[in-house]
Amino acid sequence: MINPWIIATFGSALPGWLLATITGAIGTVAVLVFTLVSALAAIWIERKLISRMQVRYGPNRVGPKGLLQPFADALKVIGKEAITPFGVDKVVYSAAPFIIFLAPLLTFGLVPFAPGAAVLNTDISLLLVVALGALGVVPIFMAGWASNNKYSLMGAMRSIAQTVSYEIPLVLSLVGLVVVTGSLKLEDLVVYQIQHGWFIFLQPLAAVIFFIAGSAELNRTPTDIMEGESELAAGYHIEYSGFKFSLFYATEYSHVFAVSALISVLFLGGWGTGPLLDLVPAVVWMVLKTYLLFCVFVWTRATLPRLRMDQLMAFAWKFLLPLSLINIMVVALEELLGLPGIVVAVVNMVLAVVLIVQWTRLLGSNGQSPERRVYIQRPATAQ
Amino acid sequence: MVGSGILNGLLTVLKHIGQKPYTRQYPEEALVPPGRFRGYDFGWSEERCTGCATCAKACPHGCIDIVTDPLPNGRYSIEVFDIDLGKCMVCGLCVEVCPYDALFMGTKFALATENRWDLVVHKEDIGSRPDLSGYYRPAFQNHAAPRAEMRADYGVSKGVAKPAAEEKKA
Amino acid sequence: MVTSNPYMVNMGPQHPSTHGVLRLRLVLDGEQVLRVEPVLGYLHSSKEKLQEEHTYLQTVPITDRMDYLAAMTNNLGVSLAIEKLAGIQSPPRAECLRVIMSELQRLASHCFAQGVFLQDLGAWGSPLMYFLREREQILDMFEMVCGARLTYNYIRPGGVSQDIPPQFTPAVNSFLDTFPAKLDEYEELLWKNEILRARTVGVGVVSRELAVSAAFSGPMLRASGVQWDLRKQDPYCGYQNYEFDIPVGQTGDCFDRFMVRFYEMRESLKIVRQALDVLPPGEWKAAVPIVIRPPAGEAFQMIESPRGMLGYYLVSDGGANPWRFHVRAPSFINLGALNEMLVGTTMADVVAIVGSIDIVMGEVDR
Repeated sequence: MINPWIIATFGSALPGWLLATITGAIGTVAVLVFTLVSALAAIWIERKLISRMQVRYGPNRVGPKGLLQPFADALKVIGKEAITPFGVDKVVYSAAPFIIFLAPLLTFGLVPFAPGAAVLNTDISLLLVVALGALGVVPIFMAGWASNNKYSLMGAMRSIAQTVSYEIPLVLSLVGLVVVTGSLKLEDLVVYQIQHGWFIFLQPLAAVIFFIAGSAELNRTPTDIMEGESELAAGYHIEYSGFKFSLFYATEYSHVFAVSALISVLFLGGWGTGPLLDLVPAVVWMVLKTYLLFCVFVWTRATLPRLRMDQLMAFAWKFLLPLSLINIMVVALEELLGLPGIVVAVVNMVLAVVLIVQWTRLLGSNGQSPERRVYIQRPATAQ
Repeated sequence: MVGSGILNGLLTVLKHIGQKPYTRQYPEEALVPPGRFRGYDFGWSEERCTGCATCAKACPHGCIDIVTDPLPNGRYSIEVFDIDLGKCMVCGLCVEVCPYDALFMGTKFALATENRWDLVVHKEDIGSRPDLSGYYRPAFQNHAAPRAEMRADYGVSKGVAKPAAEEKKA
Repeated sequence: MVTSNPYMVNMGPQHPSTHGVLRLRLVLDGEQVLRVEPVLGYLHSSKEKLQEEHTYLQTVPITDRMDYLAAMTNNLGVSLAIEKLAGIQSPPRAECLRVIMSELQRLASHCFAQGVFLQDLGAWGSPLMYFLREREQILDMFEMVCGARLTYNYIRPGGVSQDIPPQFTPAVNSFLDTFPAKLDEYEELLWKNEILRARTVGVGVVSRELAVSAAFSGPMLRASGVQWDLRKQDPYCGYQNYEFDIPVGQTGDCFDRFMVRFYEMRESLKIVRQALDVLPPGEWKAAVPIVIRPPAGEAFQMIESPRGMLGYYLVSDGGANPWRFHVRAPSFINLGALNEMLVGTTMADVVAIVGSIDIVMGEVDR
């Protein structure tokens, strides 16, 4: 998308490599700006939205309606004293926050915001996205290890266990999409959805699994044992302060945005909104869907209590993983039989509901109908 | 159905977005204290006070400091009447036990000072005001009626008749 | 070969999930708790010793500060103990008002306890905010009556300190009209929530034998299946004249304690309605001197506070000050069996269990 503009501005006398470099540079800057602006906006949206759900006002002192609150937060965090604890592995300690910031940044580079407007428009975008999800694991361990703090290390190990466990259903739920569209290119997925309908209707089970696994990857409630101050320690970033901590903080929000953008591309049709595309450009729809999904993440965070560590792992391995495998089999079967779209949608939805209900019943106590278990006693003698 | 509990919770929380926030924006929205509020800015009527020091004896922490000087007619002139607001826990016992209704609780709770000793208020600081609290003072408890009107009988003590002003100054 | 060594973690006095300044030295093996040593005393301010310098009337505002989330019941306990010691009888209107205030206080305290329990479990404050909003209405009513929102100094030996203003009864009635629906809404929001049930069902099971032998009281005891409520066993202030039930749980886990508090809130609403209906006119305080000098002797009075059996033991030597003033704090006693409750559970369960005991450190440390 940027290429024609550059050619028009600078003339077509540019050598190919310069064109590619300039395109890449502009695209990178755009992605960087979008990531950082999203992180700032995320702070405001999250705090305001959670406050309104809790019938209170939220930040409204700094700037009109509290809109300058993220800047105040950023200034506060950057202005703090950056204490490097004794005995840390300096290289690893300093590198971890920067590497962890790469994961959502690169993911934004892969996500197509408009037809042809992904900074990295490769044929294997989906595979790269998955790999970037795995990239997020390593700096967590780097941070935990380099901090020279056993609680930080334990927090990091728990976080890694959670992240790695939830990556598998995350990835497997995407296999269904690839089977149907036959391509790993994210743009092709959007085009397929424009033609055949959004994947959230065609493969609702995959959507639910991706949403839950994605939220667990992001360390959001109900799976935020790392952020939970009521847990053992504050997690892998306990020894970070100042600018490096601000990177962890911003990364968390950017990562939520990155996953929201992915969900909107993969399951909500990207920029495809049918006839409405003529009124409002594609980019706006993508951004709107991304922000809407971010609000959904905030909504679940405001409501649900935290899961315990072992329940977390059990949920991933015993619930999400088998369901995602079944999803792959069913989708492959439907693709093989060549069923029309509407049949596929109905079958998948019914299957999703049935599977979820029956599977939890299979797992045991979760399936029993809950009872209050407190009974009122009328004492025999009122003394 | 499984998951219904979570869905129910999500929907209930979502419903609350539409409700007006319950917070009162404090410095902008003045908080109107109820009629019987126990506030820190005490009110004291020098005309009514006889220096009996029942309030000082009733205070659990000994916040009230009274120094009196005997007058020739058998009554006391109050030299010092200090209340240490730093120690005061606004329990209201002093106001309750005063036999002459000379001590009143206030309606303010935000009296910050920069030094600890500035928290000790002296008799010139705790005078009569229109915004006294009605705690244990039934005449002041009607929040709606302007309190200034009720100060008509403020100078009249219900105890022994007061001496004339000249005798007191002697 | 992989070995694992147990390590000690200080769930320190400053911690977002210990209610107040409770310090737990946990010896953990991986995630499992091997031993727990609670270290108390971070909020100790020698209130019991201080009371020996106060007259009996002056002891009442100090008791407000012990269990600061349920100050009305604290005042009630000490007033009843002093009345027992000095042989004072409070008038019937005062008894009725005492019941109304105690039950409203129970509502406020349970609202807070439920909200904070959910906050500890990780629901980022939404249920807490809703419960606090309801509690604010009760605190407004209390402010209307006695001028303070947390430390009331209202229930005195001999009765109550002031009569209720005319705005009180309409306010309580409008609260009673709106609160049950809200309570139902919050209970529906919470009791079927699968994550909440996963965190609390089967966690921190206190058997009936343990509960009785460790002298638990209040919702902790009733959730374990023991039907023991001092308002029924040993009625005071005319509780025998009101019709209410006692919710009793089955297993004694965190979920049962959580649900018992919800049911207790409903019973309190019933009692407040009945008490308002029968509120007799008349005197609200017996004629009691400012400085009470009870005859030498001792008195022990226990009442049912929202946290359990709150007891006041007063010894008088005939003078104006108590010779000994001891408080049997339910939160302190309920913390007595922490080892039996916490050993073998995981760290996350520790937070849930300590939250469900519903302790107030002002009472534990005094």
